[in-house]
Amino acid sequence: MSVWDDLIGQEPLAHTLREAVAAARDRLSGGSGRGMTSAWLVTGPPGSGRSNAARAFAAALQCRDGGCGQCHDCHTALLGTHPNVTLVATDRLSIGVDSVRELVRSAALMPANGRWQVVVVEDADRLTEDSADALLKSLEEPSPRTVWMLCAPTAEDVLVTVRSRCRLLVLRTPSPPAITRMLVDRDGVPEVVAAFAARASQGHIGRARRLAHDEATRNRRREILRIPTSLIELGACMVAAANLHEVAQEEGQGVAATLDAKEVGDLEAIYGASARDGRARGYPGALSTLKKDQSKRRTRVVRDTIDGALIDLLSFYRDVLALQTGARTALVNDEVRADIDSLARRGSADSTLRRMEAVLKCREAIAANAAPLLALESMMLDLRV
Amino acid sequence: MSAAADMLAAMPAPTPPPLGTVTLIAGPAEFLSERAVARVLSAVSAIDADADVTQIDAGALGPGAMAELTSPSLFATAQTLVVRELPDLPEGVHDELVAYAAEPAADVALVLVHPGGPKGKRLLDRLRQTGLGHVVTSEPPKPWELPGFVAAEVRHHRGTITEDAAEFLVAAVGTDLRALAAAAEQLVNDFSPERLTIEIVRRYYDGHAEVKSFDIADAAIDGQIAVALERLRWALGNGVPAVLITSAFASGLRSLARMQSAPRGLRDADLAREVGAPPFRLKSLRGQLRSWEGSGLTRGIQAVAQADLDVKGGAGDPDYALERMVLTVAWARGRR
Repeated sequence: MSVWDDLIGQEPLAHTLREAVAAARDRLSGGSGRGMTSAWLVTGPPGSGRSNAARAFAAALQCRDGGCGQCHDCHTALLGTHPNVTLVATDRLSIGVDSVRELVRSAALMPANGRWQVVVVEDADRLTEDSADALLKSLEEPSPRTVWMLCAPTAEDVLVTVRSRCRLLVLRTPSPPAITRMLVDRDGVPEVVAAFAARASQGHIGRARRLAHDEATRNRRREILRIPTSLIELGACMVAAANLHEVAQEEGQGVAATLDAKEVGDLEAIYGASARDGRARGYPGALSTLKKDQSKRRTRVVRDTIDGALIDLLSFYRDVLALQTGARTALVNDEVRADIDSLARRGSADSTLRRMEAVLKCREAIAANAAPLLALESMMLDLRV
Repeated sequence: MSAAADMLAAMPAPTPPPLGTVTLIAGPAEFLSERAVARVLSAVSAIDADADVTQIDAGALGPGAMAELTSPSLFATAQTLVVRELPDLPEGVHDELVAYAAEPAADVALVLVHPGGPKGKRLLDRLRQTGLGHVVTSEPPKPWELPGFVAAEVRHHRGTITEDAAEFLVAAVGTDLRALAAAAEQLVNDFSPERLTIEIVRRYYDGHAEVKSFDIADAAIDGQIAVALERLRWALGNGVPAVLITSAFASGLRSLARMQSAPRGLRDADLAREVGAPPFRLKSLRGQLRSWEGSGLTRGIQAVAQADLDVKGGAGDPDYALERMVLTVAWARGRR
C-alpha cells in the first residue's frame, strides 16, 4: 500500500509525481533535484480526485520512504494535520486577499521537520483577482523548501499570470473499470453493484461511492431515469417537476435537521447560559449570521440535489443519442435500455439534442438563481415526448 | 382621530425656541423625521435668516469635530447643525456629544436624527438623561391611524376632508406617508375651499387601489391584456417586487395545468389537493380553464420561466421582461 493507491485511473500522473518525489529527495540530499518543481497546478473534472492527488504528493514529499502510506508523516499529511502541510479550502464564495497574504507569510517559513513546506489550495478557482496577485511573487520565487499545489477544475479557472508560473498536472476522467476495481478492492462492494455505480457516476468518484453504498441514492436515480418516458402529457410534466423539487427540498430539510439545531446549540454554549434569554452581548448578531449561513447552505443543498438529478437525466438522453447515431459506446444507463431504445426510435437525433439543450438551460437557470420549481417545469415541458 | 395620529400630524405642538437647544429625532419613519428637521430649520431661519446650516452624517464626525462645528462662525451669528445617522457616530465622540448636549451653546440649534432600531440605543439613553430641549419620536402610524394622518395633513393645508374620503384615499394611495401627504396637499390645492368628499377623491384615485400581483396574473390569464398591463404598471410604480409578479403568474398557470390533467370526477377537496389551490379557487379555475389548451399553458409557463430569469438579472430591463410575459401569457390563451 502506498499513497498513490488513492489515485484512481491516473497512472501517468502518478508516474510524474513519483519522479518529482525522487528528484525532491535528491535535492534534500544535496543533489541538483532536477525534475522537482515548486509550484503545481492540478486540474481535472469534478470528482476525479484533484485534492487527493495533491495530498498524496504532499504526503510523499514528507515521507522518508517517498510515500509509504503507513508512517506518521503520510497519515497526517493525508488527513491534513501535518505541521508542514497546509490545506486551504473554503465553503464561502471566494478566498480573500487577507487570508492569502497570511498564507504567503507562513509558506515562507522553514519546515520544522527539515523537509518541505507544502501548501495545498484546494479551490484555487475561488481565489479573487487580488488574492491571486498576492500569490504571484511567492509562486515564482518561493523559499527553497516551499511547494505550492493549486487545484482547479480547469487551467482557465485561474488567472493567466498564476497559470504561467505553475507546472500543469492534468487528471483524466477515471475510467469505469478503474472505479469498479477501486470499489471492489477497497470498499468491498459486490462486483455487479460496483460496475453499475462506476458506469452511472460517469467518472465522478464521490458519486460512484454514494451510489455503491447508499440504497436511497440508487432508488432516487432509478426514479429520475423513469421521468423521460413518463412525460406524455402536460400534467405528467408538472408532476415530475413537483416531485423532483420536493425531493430536493427534503434533502435540504434533512441537512437542516441534522446540523442546524446542533450549530445553534454550540453557539449558545459559546455565549453561555445567558444566551437564551438574549442578554449575552453579541449573541443575537451571531445567531442571525448563523441562521443566514444555514439558509444559504440549505439553498445550496437543494440546488446541488437538483443539479445531480439533471446530470442523470442528461446521461439518459446521451444514451438515446448514442443509439440514434449508432455510436458503438457503452450505455451509461444500461439498466433502462428498453426505455432508451423506445425513445430513440420514436424521435430523431435532432429532437434529442434539443432536449439535452433544455436540460443544460435548466442547469444554467438554476445556477442563475431562477425559481427552481418553475425552471424544472419549463424544462419538463421541453422534454415532453 | 387618536391622540397618536394627532402627534404625527403636520402641525406639531409648539416647540421650544430652537437656538440653544438640542432636538433629538428618533424613529423609523424617515418622512416624519425629515419633516421635523425641516421644522427646526424654518424656526431658526425665522429668528435669523442668515443662520448657517451644516448637515453631516454622524459617521463623518471625528474627535474634536463637535467643538469645531458648534463654535461661532465668522459669517453668521446663529447656526444649525443637523447630524444624521446617529448610530454611526464613532465610539470616541460619544462623550463629546453628551457633554455638549448637557450644555448647548446659546446660538446653535443642534438636531440629532436617529433612524430607529436598537443600534446606538445606549447613546440615546445617555442623551435623554441630559434633559434634552426637545425630543421627537417619529413612529410610523399604525394602519388604522392613517386616515387620521390624512385628515391632519388636509387641515394643515387649511382644507377639510370627510372621514370616508380619508379612508378611501389611504386605500387608494397605500401606506407610504410621503405619497399620502403629497396626495392630500394636491387635493386641497385643487379643491379648496370645497370640503373633500369621497366623490372628489374617487374621481382622482379610482381603480388604483394597491394592486395585488395575483390580480395581474388573473387578468392576463383571462386574456384582458389592457387591464393586465395597466395593473402591472401600477404594481411596478408602487414598488411591488418583480419576483412576486412572476411567482403569481407561475402559480396561476401551474394550478391550471394541474387542473387540466386531474382525473375526472374528483370531489372538490381532493381536486383542490391535486391542483394545489385552495378550494374556493376551484370555481374560478374551472372558468379560466375553459379558454385554455395544453399547448397554450406550455407556452405560458415557459414564458414565465424566461421572465423569472430575466428579472433576476438575465435581461437589461426587468419591466420590459414582465410586460412581454403578460403579453405572451395573454396571447397563449386560446379558445377551443
